[in-house]
Amino acid sequence: MAALSSPLRVCRGILKEIRLSQGPNYRQSLAYNYVMDQYRKNKVTGERYCRAQQEAHHASQAYLCLLTSTRNHMVLHNLYHAKGERSPEQAAGMVGLRLPTQPGGKGWEK
Amino acid sequence: MFRNIVRFQSLYGHMICKVCPKKELFYSTAAAERKKFYQDVSISQGEGGLFEINLDRRKLKTPGGKLFTVPNEALAIAVATEWDVQKETLKFYTMHLSTLCNTALDNPTQRNKDQMISAALKYLETDTVCYRVDEPYGLVELQNNEWDPVLHWIENRYNVTIGSSSNILGPEIPEATKDTFRQHLKSYNFWSLTGLEFVITQLKSVVLALGMIDRHLGVEQAVLLSRLEEEYQIRCWGNVEWAHDYDIYELRARTAAGALFVQLSSESSTVKHKLMQD
Repeated sequence: MAALSSPLRVCRGILKEIRLSQGPNYRQSLAYNYVMDQYRKNKVTGERYCRAQQEAHHASQAYLCLLTSTRNHMVLHNLYHAKGERSPEQAAGMVGLRLPTQPGGKGWEK
Repeated sequence: MFRNIVRFQSLYGHMICKVCPKKELFYSTAAAERKKFYQDVSISQGEGGLFEINLDRRKLKTPGGKLFTVPNEALAIAVATEWDVQKETLKFYTMHLSTLCNTALDNPTQRNKDQMISAALKYLETDTVCYRVDEPYGLVELQNNEWDPVLHWIENRYNVTIGSSSNILGPEIPEATKDTFRQHLKSYNFWSLTGLEFVITQLKSVVLALGMIDRHLGVEQAVLLSRLEEEYQIRCWGNVEWAHDYDIYELRARTAAGALFVQLSSESSTVKHKLMQD
């Protein structure tokens, strides 16, 4: 069995992701209400549907991973890839290098 | 009525970044984006108990022109959320669940279940966890320590022989093993098979994909095991954020979407079953 963190932490994590993506009115969103609803339901059923609870827990963990990874992926995407290909100077700058400059400034040979 | 049809030509499986004609110098994902044209996203239950997505008052359609329907509420809400969280532009490459639903609904490659099972099992012959290295010693040890337990687990779970090899031809997979998996995969419905095949192609491994679907591995674990050699190299040579982290988040998002998709689309039958019992 995969090591799972506690349902409460996953629940909080999902709600946090919903808040980050939806803004201050996240409590009105479909996802928020559905997630809260599911967590309450599974709490009530308790040990009787143990397998179903595990299934739900695994699914919620996957959903949390989906939301977090998508957000982080977008952050990196916007930071590095969103503007298209970089110029040679920018690309060199990213790895801490500078392009060689002409000794007398650009076009000195003319 | 035709004005109410919402269609997206670019919302299939693997998105290809096109060159934007106006800015020919730049290769950008901007071409795969579209302006957001709706405010509210809601779901509704239509004919046959299937769930639909409404963007303002228009019904969402698939790229193939079919009505977008999903079998259960959870999946519908997850898809609706994907549409809801888009800001000014629609970034289709972040909407993995919608993409998977579209693939399952339209079936763009026109394959049947048997063909999909064969395609999925083809990955078993070149499964990531079956290919081992001879050197360097650290990586050999890492592969043995991390991959062997999963391999043993799946061999016991399905009572099959898979084995591993450091030969370039890979291990010889017995026909009986493939038959066992084929029988097992036949119990999946079309939707969950679509999701499973997607996960297998992401992780490049049938063993890891089934380990995750059978809830032996978590998503993060499965992704880590799939990228074991890369992780080893990162440990030796350092991490590059815009390549390694970028890849790992994308792979995690895709894998999680696939896993969730399989679970949610095979769940509808369980839920019905429970209602009948009550």
